Amino acid sequence: MMYVWAFIVGGLICVIGQLLMDIVKLTPAHTMTVLVVSGAVLDGIGLYEPLVDFAGAGASVPITSFGNSLVHGAMAEAEQNGIIGVITGIFEVTSAGISAAVIFSFAAALLFKPKG
Amino acid sequence: MLLMSDKTNYKQNQAYQTFAKQSEPSIPVLFNCIKAFLIGGLLCTFGQGIRSLFIHFFDFNEQTASDPTIAVLILLSVLLTGFGVYDKIAQFAGAGTAVPVTGFANSMASAAIEYRTEGLVLGVGSNMFKLAGSVIVFGTVAAFLIALIKTIWMQVTGGSL
Repeated sequence: MMYVWAFIVGGLICVIGQLLMDIVKLTPAHTMTVLVVSGAVLDGIGLYEPLVDFAGAGASVPITSFGNSLVHGAMAEAEQNGIIGVITGIFEVTSAGISAAVIFSFAAALLFKPKG
Repeated sequence: MLLMSDKTNYKQNQAYQTFAKQSEPSIPVLFNCIKAFLIGGLLCTFGQGIRSLFIHFFDFNEQTASDPTIAVLILLSVLLTGFGVYDKIAQFAGAGTAVPVTGFANSMASAAIEYRTEGLVLGVGSNMFKLAGSVIVFGTVAAFLIALIKTIWMQVTGGSL
């Protein structure tokens, strides 16, 4: 059942992105930015985590979860160390995503030749 | 005389704009949305499969399984970008491949590969975040403000939200 919800919720988030590009005429970069900030805001008011529990990868794979994870890391540290934790914890959860993307992309630049 | 030519110019300009609007290809919004839904949905279902693998075969739980899942998806996306496959799928899928985290990795890998010829430091190093940078900057600033407000709020109200 989790697979069905992952498909539907993940698909719907992509449709929102497509509508932002086609109807509102945002560039892809603006669309991603809007989605990331929305994810952060949704987590701020406590709505994103229930969505992850409900749809699994359907909510954690779209880029909205990046905003969610940033707020999550900051809040987790802030609860332990007070206000300074907001700064020290902000990349705590997203470390896997950012470092993986940097390391693999760098390796790819060494291995692959540009296409076209 | 000048006024006349201004008027005709304006008329011609208007005629051109209506002409340009007519010949502009109309965006098949519904079709695009269906494609984005199917491809984006499939990507997330695939992600859910990887997530289940991490939960069942490695020591991850529902909360911690997201991180390794995203790392695996990013690795696959970078490989597909390197072989030139991802961009072909992306042309068809639109937001379906751009919105998932694989699209974020694709933008970084393609920038890194493309600027390789300009050198490792000035090319790869400084251009990798050319497209992905806005996501990180705005995500971080938004998350900082939200977490700051939330933390102050919790300290003022004594921990309750």
